[in-house]
Amino acid sequence: MKALRYLLEKEFKQIMRDRFLPKIIFIMPVLQLAILPFAANFEMRNIYIGIVDNDRSVCSQRLTGKILSSGYFKLTDISPGYEEGLTSVEKDISDILIEIPAGFEKDLGKEGKAQVLIAANAINGTKGGLGYSYLSTIIQDFNSDSGYGVRTAGSITSKHLYNPHLNYKNYMVPGIMAFLLTLIGGFLSALNIVSEKEKGTIEQINVTPLPKSLFLLSKLIPFWIIGFILLTIGMIITWLIYGLIPAGSFGTIYLFAAIYLIAFTGLGLAISSISSNQQQAMFTAFFFMIIFALMSGLFTPVSSMPEWAQKLTLFNPLRYFVDVMRMVYLKGSRLSDLPVHFFVICLFAIFFNALAVIGYRKSN
Amino acid sequence: MYVIETDKLTKRFGGFTAVDRISFRVESGEIFGFLGANGAGKTTAMRMLCGLSAPTSGKATVAGYDVYRKSEQIKKHIGYMSQKFSLYADLKVWENIRLFGGIYGLSPKQLARKTDELLHALHLDGERDTPVNALPLGWKQKLAFSVAIIHEPAIVFLDEPTGGVDPVTRRQFWELIYDASARGITVFVTTHYMDEAEYCHRVSIMVDGRIEALDKPPALKETYHAANMNEVFQSLARKATRGGV
Repeated sequence: MKALRYLLEKEFKQIMRDRFLPKIIFIMPVLQLAILPFAANFEMRNIYIGIVDNDRSVCSQRLTGKILSSGYFKLTDISPGYEEGLTSVEKDISDILIEIPAGFEKDLGKEGKAQVLIAANAINGTKGGLGYSYLSTIIQDFNSDSGYGVRTAGSITSKHLYNPHLNYKNYMVPGIMAFLLTLIGGFLSALNIVSEKEKGTIEQINVTPLPKSLFLLSKLIPFWIIGFILLTIGMIITWLIYGLIPAGSFGTIYLFAAIYLIAFTGLGLAISSISSNQQQAMFTAFFFMIIFALMSGLFTPVSSMPEWAQKLTLFNPLRYFVDVMRMVYLKGSRLSDLPVHFFVICLFAIFFNALAVIGYRKSN
Repeated sequence: MYVIETDKLTKRFGGFTAVDRISFRVESGEIFGFLGANGAGKTTAMRMLCGLSAPTSGKATVAGYDVYRKSEQIKKHIGYMSQKFSLYADLKVWENIRLFGGIYGLSPKQLARKTDELLHALHLDGERDTPVNALPLGWKQKLAFSVAIIHEPAIVFLDEPTGGVDPVTRRQFWELIYDASARGITVFVTTHYMDEAEYCHRVSIMVDGRIEALDKPPALKETYHAANMNEVFQSLARKATRGGV
C-alpha cells in the first residue's frame, strides 16, 4: 500500500504538467454549463403570430398586448379577416394565428365569457403545440386578471410542481452536470492507461511486483478528485449564472457523485485496459458515452421512448445519475427517497471496476 | 548456483514459434550475453523470464521461482530495462528514481540515500530537476539502467540497452554493468554490438527461435575458427531462414 503514495504523486504531477488537461478541467464545466442549457432548450421563443382582431375594442387590445408582451411571440401579421390571416400561415409568415371575433368585448361584458380562435401551423409540431399551450396559458391569465371567461376549445388547467415557471434551464442544468462528470470520469480515464501502453512506460510498471489493483487505484483516485472539483465548480457556476441551488442537500449530491465517479472511472479504466491504442480507447469510450447520453433522459424524456428502449435505459448508469441530480436539485430528494438509484449506481461501480481489474493484464 | 534455468522453454503465437525449446542456465553474478539477429526471439524469451509474457510450454525458473506460477515473486528479484525507453518522460530525474524506488518498497531514508548515490555515480548531480525527456539518449539509458537496479535485484534484464548510443557512452554504460556485476547482480543482456559481446562472460546466439551456440567468447571463436565475435555471429546468423524484421 505504501507504493500507492508514490504512484499518486506521479499521477498528479503528470496531470498538472500536462499542457492541456488542467485547462480543460476548468474550461469544460464553464462552457458546458454556460452554453448547453441554452442550446438544449425546449422552450420556444420567437413564435411568429398573426392576429386577426375583428373587435378592435379596449379588451381585445389588452389581450393582444398581453400576448405580445409575454416574450414568446413575435407579431408578424395583422390581417383584416381569418382567410387573409390563414394565408400568412400558409406563406410561413406566421406560425400561429389568433382570431378575436367581433363583439368580443360586448360578449365579455354581457355574458362574462367569449371565444377566440387559435389556428396553429402543425408542420413544426413543437412550435405549433407549444405556441398553442403558451397562448392558452396567457388567455387563462387574462381571464383571472379581468375576471372574464375567455375560452379556447378544450382548455386544460395544470399546475407545474417543483419547477413552477417551467424553466427548462432548471431542468437541464442538473442533468448537464451529471453528463459533465460522465465525460471526465469516462474519457480521461479511458485515455490514461492506454497512453502508458503507447509510451511503453507500462512495461516498466508491469515488471515490478506492484499489484495491479493498486496501479488501477492510483489511476482512479486522481480522476475521482478531479470529478469532485469539477462538480463543485459546476455548482458554483450554476448558482452564478442561473441562480440555481439544490433544493436538497449537498451531502446527497456529493455522495451520489462519489459513487458515480468510481463507476465511470472504472468503465474508462476497463476500456483503457482492454484497448491497445488511444484510437481504440477513444472510439469505444465515445460509443458508450453517446449511447448513455442519448438514452439517459438528459435530452429526451425516457417516458417518451418505446418500451424496449425504456428497458434498455435500466442498464444505463447515467440515467440514474441524471435522475438523482434533477430530483435532488429540483425536488429536494434525500438519500431515503432514492434507495434504488443508490443501489444501482453502487452495482455499476463494482461491475465496471471488476471489469477493469480483470481486463488489465500484467503479462500476455 | 544458477539464477536462471530454462528447459525447452517455448513461446508460440498462433502458428508462429517465436521461441523454440530453449534450454540454458545462467550462473549467479554472471554477465550473460543473449545475441541474435532481429526477429530471432530474444525479446520474447526475455519477456517470458521477466513474467511479462506467459510461456506456451517448457520449464523455467528465475531467482528460484517458477515462471508460470510465481511470476509476481520473480518481479521482486529482477530489474528490467526494455528496448524502448520507458521511464516517465514528463517526470524529473529524481521523481523517476523516487517513483520506482517507492514501488520496490524502499524507505524514505533509503530513497534519499539512493537518489544521491545514483545521481553522483551517473554524474547527473546537476540534472536532478531536469525532466527526463530533456536528457540526451545516452544519459537516459544510463538512468534507466540505474533505476532498473535501484532495489538491488538478483538479476537485471537489459534489452538492447545501448541501441543508438555513441561509442563513448556505450563504454560508460558497460562500466555500469561491470559495477553491478561486481556487486553480485547477474546481468542478462541482449545486444547487436559484437564488441559488447566480447565483454560478456558467456554468450548465447539465437537463430530462428533456437539457441545455436552457447559458450565463453574465446571458446566460441575457437569453435567457429573466427578472429572475432562478429565472424562467429555472421557464420551462425547466415543460417537464419526468418527474414530480419
